[in-house]
Amino acid sequence: MSEAVASNLDTPKSGLPGLVNDWTADKQTYHVPWGKAMMWIFLVSDTFIFSCFLVGYMTVRMTTAEPWPLPTDVFALSMFGSDPIPLILIAIMTFILITSSGTMALAVNYGYRGDKRKTMYLMLATAALGASFVGMQVFEWSKLIGEGVRPWGNPWGAPQFGSVFFMVTGFHGLHVTGGVIYLAVVARKVAKGHYDKKGYEIVEIAGLYWHFVDLVWVFIFAFFYLW
Amino acid sequence: MAYVPLADQDKDHELHDPHTFITKYIWSQDHKVIAIQYGGTAICVGLVALVLSMMMRLQLGFPDSFTLIDPSSYYQAVTMHGMIMVVYLLTALFLGGFGNYLIPLMCGARDMVFPFLNMLSFWVYLLSVLILMSSFFVTGGPTGAGWTLYPPQTITPGTPGHDTGILLMLISLGVFIIAFTMGGLNYVTTVLQARAKGLTMMRLPLSVWGILVATILGLFAFPALLVSAIMMTFDLTLGTSFFMPAIMAAGEQLDYNGGSPILFQHLFWFFGHPEVYIVALPAFGLVSDVLSTHARKNIFGYRMMVWAIIAIGGLSFVVWAHHMYVSGMNPYFGFFFATTTLIIAVPTAMKVYNWVLTLWEGDIRLNTPMLFAIGFVFTFIHGGLTGLFLGNVVIDLPLSDTYFVVAHFHMVMGVSPVLVLFASLYHWYPKITGRMMNETLGKVHFWCTFLGTYAIYLPMHYLGFLGVPRRYYAMGSTDFIPESAQALNANITLAALFVAAAQILFFINIFWSLRNGKPSGNNPWGATSLEWQTTETPPKHGNWGPDLPVVHRWAYDYSVPGYPQDFIPQNVPGDFGVSEDHDHDTEMKEGPLAK
Repeated sequence: MSEAVASNLDTPKSGLPGLVNDWTADKQTYHVPWGKAMMWIFLVSDTFIFSCFLVGYMTVRMTTAEPWPLPTDVFALSMFGSDPIPLILIAIMTFILITSSGTMALAVNYGYRGDKRKTMYLMLATAALGASFVGMQVFEWSKLIGEGVRPWGNPWGAPQFGSVFFMVTGFHGLHVTGGVIYLAVVARKVAKGHYDKKGYEIVEIAGLYWHFVDLVWVFIFAFFYLW
Repeated sequence: MAYVPLADQDKDHELHDPHTFITKYIWSQDHKVIAIQYGGTAICVGLVALVLSMMMRLQLGFPDSFTLIDPSSYYQAVTMHGMIMVVYLLTALFLGGFGNYLIPLMCGARDMVFPFLNMLSFWVYLLSVLILMSSFFVTGGPTGAGWTLYPPQTITPGTPGHDTGILLMLISLGVFIIAFTMGGLNYVTTVLQARAKGLTMMRLPLSVWGILVATILGLFAFPALLVSAIMMTFDLTLGTSFFMPAIMAAGEQLDYNGGSPILFQHLFWFFGHPEVYIVALPAFGLVSDVLSTHARKNIFGYRMMVWAIIAIGGLSFVVWAHHMYVSGMNPYFGFFFATTTLIIAVPTAMKVYNWVLTLWEGDIRLNTPMLFAIGFVFTFIHGGLTGLFLGNVVIDLPLSDTYFVVAHFHMVMGVSPVLVLFASLYHWYPKITGRMMNETLGKVHFWCTFLGTYAIYLPMHYLGFLGVPRRYYAMGSTDFIPESAQALNANITLAALFVAAAQILFFINIFWSLRNGKPSGNNPWGATSLEWQTTETPPKHGNWGPDLPVVHRWAYDYSVPGYPQDFIPQNVPGDFGVSEDHDHDTEMKEGPLAK
């Protein structure tokens, strides 16, 4: 019976037909859990959302008649009485977020080894780094609001600067906040041994989301702050 | 830990079994119940849109006769009719309704991979519908900006519903997209990851292929609509200027500057054009299965059909600006988008040829689903050909704002998908309810609908050539439009009223057959695909009883020589001379995919 089932698969084909046969194989296309396949598809969809935001930002930056404020001046911060250092806060935030990707990767590794304690602590560390990122974002928002930046205008030039800033960093911040909650929930379940039977793929799935959020930040950093 | 595919899991794998009325029919996680909930809601909201279109037609056919319809309510009817039909009816019914019902059954799965998420998808969809409907009851009414919601007009004072109606529309769209994403992730993952043993993707019925690719399009296209809805909401409520240039309205300088209205059009149509195929591809798939089953013949060129669906899906992302030839964008864009638009006609034409060749020398049974399916081939060819006209910049420019465009898109993505919906409802109704629908009523319904829609839309092409502009509340006295155009408009309205009334037959049939229809048995049409092979009709929760089906062949083994029946179900083992492998290999060697 099983021969009949696999009848059109047992002759290996090369080239395009072979590729198609691999991809359309019996039972499942990817040898991954459902949740992981679904997370990947969701992330591709989410990529389109952020791409649209960034394309929209670039378009209004071109169409607006007023000059675009200089990010190096706007996002400068004086620390310990020094002269304002351009982009210093953003640099720290970026560093923290990328570090959190490292702790997340370690958590995934320990998850697959079945080391519940280390997995949980590393996930909580990741969540804590994420939370501190959001905290610094709150600081940045309140600083800019204090200087008079609003979604509909700012003291230095094109009103779209504030609109894009609040919209894009806000949308990303929501993603990070959601990720922190997600990580905390999964970490708690890991600690309780909830995944002993099901397997620890869920840690990797949460990790996928987290790395994605970091990657998006790199693009926002490059296109909004550095440009 | 190695991951075990669904088909290999042991059979006493736990299944939650709903017992109470509420878990069975209301908060149900069964894909079949969710499908009926989705479909029922979509049809109800579609009826609202049908009534709105009748209001428009009454005004156009008999201007000044109805005090109920003033210019504002006319534009509100236009807007809500378009948005409801495209998004809340067609998208929801094809993907939420048929996608939900057919994917697990045709894939040999017990349910969607994440049933809870699936249930949530429906309830969030219902919420979006309620938000949209609530805009009829707020001050100023629903938005009247046209279904494309182009700024700056959408936001400027003077447009009906510019205060609350538009906000509710944007929120509703956002909520709908969330619902669609939850459902869509489920559909794609189920098709990719939860197929029965032996069911390779190249053995899937074309319905599943159409729904799969359409869902992927939706997951990639709706983000653009979501982003434009978010930006417009901010323009509306916070006073940002994403889409709003410096503008005067009603003699007053508005507090906007520097935004780009064209950006909205690009974002909207980056969603809007794939949306056409989100509606069309499931229709292509479903109609292929209906045609093949009732012609007792395998679908002609199965692999070609699959590749055409994929090619259309890919190309649909690079044609969007053909909706924007008159927007004043760079003329070189027009050249690019005209070219891609004409290229997308190639796989589409391939599909049409294959449908016709499937019918060729078939043992055709002209029952109701088949009539609707063949009717679709007619209306689709018709609407598709006018699409070739409009894809060319020089022809589009004079025709763009006339009734020619109205006729084109109603033929190609209004009438055609709706005919497929009827074909599919008549075809799968026995599986959903266990009873056949009444054939006589169904045939009367078909002929009234089919001929009636031609009576509506054929004259509109002519009106378009005369230059009668679309979106106008009333023509007034316009020199270049002859008097006779008004007579034609009155006739169109009468035809439209007739077609709308004929739909009552369909609803009578649905409810009458629920009790009085002939019991259908498990496989009334003698069809091959898995959903007809269940041991109970309608299938119970879990679909398959203790054992999942095992698939041995493709979905189109009809009239195979040497087999006693004229169909071989997919789960019947054995080799009967002609198999799909033979077919595939010759096609690979001689067909268009050969190097």
